[in-house]
Amino acid sequence: MTTMAPDTGSYEAVFDAAVAADERIEPRDWMPDAYRASLVRQIAQHAHSEIIGMQPEANWITRAPSLRRKAILMAKVQDEAGHGLYLYSAAETLGTSRDELLDKLHSGRQKYSSIFNYPTLTWADVGAIGWLVDGAAITNQVPLCRCSYGPYARAMVRVCKEESFHQRQGYELLLTLSRGTEAQHAMAQDAVDRWWWPSLMMFGPPDGESAHSAQSMAWKIKRHSNDELRQRFVDICVPQAESLGLTLPDPDLRWNEERGHHDFGPIDWAEFHEVLRGNGPCNDQRITRRRQAHEDGAWVREAAAAYAGKHRDTQGEAGA
Amino acid sequence: MTSTDWPLWEVFVRSRRGLSHTHAGSLHAPDAEMALRNARDLYTRRSEGVSIWVVPSASITASSPDEKDPFFEPAADKPYRHPTFYDIPEGVRHL
Repeated sequence: MTTMAPDTGSYEAVFDAAVAADERIEPRDWMPDAYRASLVRQIAQHAHSEIIGMQPEANWITRAPSLRRKAILMAKVQDEAGHGLYLYSAAETLGTSRDELLDKLHSGRQKYSSIFNYPTLTWADVGAIGWLVDGAAITNQVPLCRCSYGPYARAMVRVCKEESFHQRQGYELLLTLSRGTEAQHAMAQDAVDRWWWPSLMMFGPPDGESAHSAQSMAWKIKRHSNDELRQRFVDICVPQAESLGLTLPDPDLRWNEERGHHDFGPIDWAEFHEVLRGNGPCNDQRITRRRQAHEDGAWVREAAAAYAGKHRDTQGEAGA
Repeated sequence: MTSTDWPLWEVFVRSRRGLSHTHAGSLHAPDAEMALRNARDLYTRRSEGVSIWVVPSASITASSPDEKDPFFEPAADKPYRHPTFYDIPEGVRHL
């Protein structure tokens, strides 16, 4: 330990200086083990969320009300798969493998965002997810474009560019319903009523109770606190809801002149922790479906590997 | 259970003619042809490219981050390689 200390110390000083100077840490740089572990946890959870997030929306592809909406929804769900792949690649630069990440998702050892454990009951839910869930995700992700870990930050730049379409298509969908028949308007309002609170929970527990926040901010993985981002999201949504002609289901929601922000009612954290513990409406369904999709795709992966192997062997003989 | 051990490929995309290929990211694929197809689906869904290179990640030789300073050091003390090193009287044009 006495012989190792000076080396580790100087590496750590270089790392600390890079973070302090707002430089990016790259895959082959020395980094503290806890920094690496924290990034793997966060990036893996983020990647898994993109992949699991395909399910609630894909639920409506075959029932989209027009060809236009169907094409949009398919493109969006395909984007979510793409975002998952960008993020898995970023996680792999930290020394973990794709198989290991998938195993941990399938066995429940790594989590995904609890928002995707809620069901999509009507077509309007597709709109509410785009506007609120993707809106909350964007609020979280824009600061991650300046995250101290280079590959994660670069993946976030790509993701954020594409998320903008996701949010706008959701908003437009809700606006169309809101201005439609009385039944369509009611359907839009019902979806917003059900997705509003879970969307606020997406920012994570209050700052005082957040397990990883302080360290992540010191490492500049996170740039803003959970409560700060939640407040930003609420302030953005209030006028957007007015333009939609829909209300947000919070009687305590009002402008606070003194703070320059909207006050909002208490969040039901008991519900959040229940869903996190696996007791949400769709936890089992989501993971079962994911495992099934992976198993159903096994023959494709095996066939592609066999073809590649055969091709390599043939080439080897020709070359010999 | 269904471990594939597909190799990792680095993807380089030329966004339009006249520009060089730029690193876009990486992906797994069993062979070069599938790597190209996957790269098209993953990195050019919005017409971001007119040409793609895929390179097995294992084929890339990189300078070590540990050697960073000594490796690049020879360039550090040669400011005379830059045009701003030279004092030119004011009023001299096209120089």
